[in-house]
This record gives sequence, C-alpha cells and structure tokens, in this order.
Amino acid sequence: MSEHIVPVSLYIGIFVALLCLTALTTGVAYIDLGAFNTVAALAIAVVKMLLVVLFFMHVKYSGRLIQVFILAGALFLAILITLTLADELTRHWSPTPTGWGMFVPFLSRLF
Amino acid sequence: MTVHSAHPPGFAHQFEDMEQQREADSLGMWVFLLTEIMFFGGLFATYIIYRALYLPAFEIGSHQLEVRFGALNTAVLIGSSLTMALAIHSAQVGKRRAQVGFLITTMILGAAFLAIKFTFEWHHDYVEHLVPGLGFVIRPEWGAAGQHVPMFFCFYFFMTGLHALHMIIGIGVLTVLTIMAHRGRFTPEYYAPLEVSGLYWHFVDIVWIFLFPLLYLIGGRYMGAGH
Repeated sequence: MSEHIVPVSLYIGIFVALLCLTALTTGVAYIDLGAFNTVAALAIAVVKMLLVVLFFMHVKYSGRLIQVFILAGALFLAILITLTLADELTRHWSPTPTGWGMFVPFLSRLF
Repeated sequence: MTVHSAHPPGFAHQFEDMEQQREADSLGMWVFLLTEIMFFGGLFATYIIYRALYLPAFEIGSHQLEVRFGALNTAVLIGSSLTMALAIHSAQVGKRRAQVGFLITTMILGAAFLAIKFTFEWHHDYVEHLVPGLGFVIRPEWGAAGQHVPMFFCFYFFMTGLHALHMIIGIGVLTVLTIMAHRGRFTPEYYAPLEVSGLYWHFVDIVWIFLFPLLYLIGGRYMGAGH
C-alpha cells in the first residue's frame, strides 16, 4: 500500500487495455499458428497479469520489500512447475524398472 | 488498547507511523496470496502434465466449452477489478458514497460472473452429460481419445469450482466492506481493509486470466467445432 494515488484515467486505461488483450487472445485462438498458439495465449495472459499486478494491485508504487516478496513467490512457482515438468517429460528417456524385480540383482548378491 | 488522541483512526500503536503500518498490512496480505499462488500453482502444474500426456482428449474437452461465455466472464471480472480499484481510489480521496457505490458494483459484477458460470456453463454441461460422476457420456465421435475426456472435465470443474469458491468468499468480504464503508469507517489515512481485500479480489481475477486461455483457448480452436 502506498501514499501514491493512481489517477482514475490510468485505471480506465488499464481496464481498456485488458479488454483489448482479452479480445486479442480470443481472436488469436482461431488462427492456426501451430505450437505458437499456446505460446501466444500464455504470453498475453502474462501481460494481463502484469498490468493487474503493477497498477490495480499498486505494486509499481509499493516498497521494495513487497516487490522482493512477490519475485520470491514467482521464483518458487517457476521451480514448482519447471522441476515437475523436468521429471515428467524426461521419464521415457531411460527404461524404468518396474515392480520388486528391480531389487533382485542386489538381493541375490547379498544372500 | 490506549489510543492517543493525536493518532489517526485505525492506527495501531506498535507501528512507527501510518506509512509503516500500510506497508505491513500489504506485506501480510501478499504473503497469504503467495501461499494461494503455490496452491493454485500445484493445480496448474498438474494440468500442464496431464494435458501433455492426453493432449487429444484435452483438445476434445476444450472444444466442448463455449468460448463466448469464457470471454464474457473475463470481461466481467476485469470490470469488477476496475470498480474495486475505483472503490479504493474513492477512499483515498475521501468520497464515502462513491466507495459504497463501487463496492456494490463490484459485488454485482462478481455475482454476474458466478451466474454466467453456473447457469450458462455448468448447467449446460450437466444437460450435455459432460459432468464426470453425474452421468458422463463418452461420445463415439471422440474416437480412441474419448475415454480420457472425463479427465479434462475433472480438471475443468475442480479448477473453475475452486475459483468460484474464491469468488463467493470475495463477495462475502465485499459485503462486510460495504457496511463498513457505509458507516464511514474508511478515511484517506486509514483504508487497510479495502486495500488488502482489493489485493485478494485482483488475485482471483489473475487466476481467471490464466484459467481462460488454459481451459478454453489452447485446445486447437482453429480446427473448427467438427474436431
């Protein structure tokens, strides 16, 4: 929260920009761009999120402490998604041993 | 609690000044919102993985949704974020009646979102047999991928349901705020309940900003409804 008072005209401007971006992302979904469709949809969503966070949520005018906390949150979200995908998307690269049979080589050596 | 006569209303004595109190209020709310981000983040990560595993089924599922309702609801929610921001602005410049007006408009827009979601979308899905567990019918034209389409709808109902729950809680919070604003509890010096509730409302808006493309748009819309 800050002493800074955002003028109403700026709020209206952000609102209009968000509506335009909603129309844009809806329109782009009907054009075949291949893999770029997903990229475009998510990129527009990120831009919309930034507009809401910076202006509606006043983060542009907030203190550094709040800004650092938010960046830390974004970092942990990135870790959550990236590491989960890094596991999930690379599993087929090596054969996965299944069942208790995977322990047989070790156990037969022990006994 | 002793309140010195020189203190502005709403000022808690453990803070140096109002500016420090304001920052502490917002920081506390942001920490809560970060836990919410991780909460929804887990759902989003799961959605991304299952979408990658069963892409054809997720595209078929996405095609059953009506983009016009999703886009309309996005516009309604963005409008409610604007009126929420304007309600806080009214408090900052000391306009009491405008605060109440903007808060009520925000509630109406929030209720409109839920009405569109429940009556035009969820009810329609129920009639079309698209609700897993409530008579879901796998259609023959979906082919081999059809058996995994209920999985898309599990994600759809769980994610939009959780979002709707946040909206309902938000409307409850707004009701209290409207009463407080009507009683003149907010001044240009002290409007922390409005500010932190605004942060929550905008956060719920942001969740929808991501749900809309993920559920409605990236399902190969360009291939046409016949897909």
